[in-house]
Amino acid sequence: MSSNLDQLYRQVIMDHYKNPRNKGVIEDGSLTVNLNNPTCGDRIQISMDVEDGKIKDAKFDGEGCSISLASASMMTQSIIDLPVDEALRLSKVFSDMMQGKEYDDGDLDLGDLESLQGVSKFPARIKCATLAWKALEKGVYEKDGEQQ
Amino acid sequence: MITKEIREQFPILGQEVNGKPLTYLDSAATSQKPISVIETLAHYYKNDNSNVHRGVHTLGTRATDGYEGSREKVRRFINASSTEEVIFVRGTTTAINTVASSYGRANIGEGDEIVITPMEHHSNIIPWQQLAKETGATLKYIPLQADGTISLSDVENTITAHTKIVSVMYVSNVLGTINPIKDITEIAHRNDAVMMVDGAQAAPHMKVDVQELDCDFFAFSAHKMCGPTGIGVLYGKKQLLDKMEPVEFGGEMIDFVGLYDSTWKELPWKFEGGTPIIAGAIGLGAAIDFLEQIGLDEIEKIEHELVEYAMERMSTIEGLTIFGPRNRAGLVTFNLDDVHPHDVATVLDTEGIAVRAGHHCAQPLMKWLDVTATARASFYLYNTKDDVDALIEGLKTTKEYFGHVF
Repeated sequence: MSSNLDQLYRQVIMDHYKNPRNKGVIEDGSLTVNLNNPTCGDRIQISMDVEDGKIKDAKFDGEGCSISLASASMMTQSIIDLPVDEALRLSKVFSDMMQGKEYDDGDLDLGDLESLQGVSKFPARIKCATLAWKALEKGVYEKDGEQQ
Repeated sequence: MITKEIREQFPILGQEVNGKPLTYLDSAATSQKPISVIETLAHYYKNDNSNVHRGVHTLGTRATDGYEGSREKVRRFINASSTEEVIFVRGTTTAINTVASSYGRANIGEGDEIVITPMEHHSNIIPWQQLAKETGATLKYIPLQADGTISLSDVENTITAHTKIVSVMYVSNVLGTINPIKDITEIAHRNDAVMMVDGAQAAPHMKVDVQELDCDFFAFSAHKMCGPTGIGVLYGKKQLLDKMEPVEFGGEMIDFVGLYDSTWKELPWKFEGGTPIIAGAIGLGAAIDFLEQIGLDEIEKIEHELVEYAMERMSTIEGLTIFGPRNRAGLVTFNLDDVHPHDVATVLDTEGIAVRAGHHCAQPLMKWLDVTATARASFYLYNTKDDVDALIEGLKTTKEYFGHVF
């Protein structure tokens, strides 16, 4: 078995897949967004409670592979208590990491997200890992659009 | 030709992927190409490239002869009664859209019915959804049996005197089901409906005789039958095609053009607006030569043996679910308990094994199966029992790997 595969499916990823954090829906959340990956049928829903520009709570729901669900679980973990603009900055850093680019995490805490680094070696799976983040961005930008 | 000799005709199969010999089990998505097809394309561009049906010069004649020669090969391949009934299109999707747009718009109205099945590929669902929305017609589905087959009594009950078009796939790209097209056609005709067949998964793998089936339209793609991408065929009965309006207007398809009015060329060219897919058609001709040299009956036999062997071995893997009926074409769609099909496909890929994972462009069928996605191994004439063995080992590795990491 290749070490690349072990990098892709690290223990911490499988742990998030098997024991997802923040799984579910925030019923009265201020922001809910759905996103599909039309090429594979994966579906993700992110619901968030945003107050004064800060993410107070975040949950995810949906169906997908280990990478997409683990990534969603990790994302909710890292964006709770983060200001929205910092969450977007983290999203950019994560996206760069997935594409194998140089990334500057500066003062941001990647935490478990770093375990997804191995995905960059599997181009066909990058979209799985970024699906939840794309949903986050879509939700925030749509909300901005409504308010303006 | 024995399989070893067949495999030697496919240069791509000789390579290693991720340090393992390539095991290509995704021919239902697209087939690999034999050297004869690759060389025919190169030869055409090196020696004969020119536009068709216009040049007086020698190259123009050669290109036209090659293009129209392929049309005759296709006619023979599906036993159409004349080359006027063989239209070159981009692929199965375009063929079905052409029928929906041209025949559909002219013949379908409010209160009419279009009948399809839930196992169809998106390309044989969405054109009809759109047509139904535009015209106020009703889209109806022949229900599926628990094993993913169609019963003729359900066909009888679904098709009524209001039905104007019936469109069904010959072979399911997910379940492997081989549908009773001849019987469905007979029922459609008894109700004065026309019958369209999506033959994308049939034409590459079994002898097709459109006159024997008596279907009104038949569509297939070259790239699934050892030919190039970007070319396919719409067969239609002459008396229907004669009355149909072209879908694309422009060069090549016209007879006379005035400032305010124009007339069309005769069949089949009135449906081939613009410079046609010349090299593609010639490549398709070479693919037909290749398949006929081996024989469609022989190909069907090779695939049948492989799929039987694969089903037998796969059914011994605990926690593996196979979708579809026992009797099937050469593909097996499956899921492993607790492992998402993408993860299955990724682990298999590291072993050099290419399978498809996802919804296979059949989301309504996925819903019917109550899954979001599945994995699929599909076979063609160049596959061997060694490929099946590699798949089985790969699946065992996948199970062990995910059992271990959990």
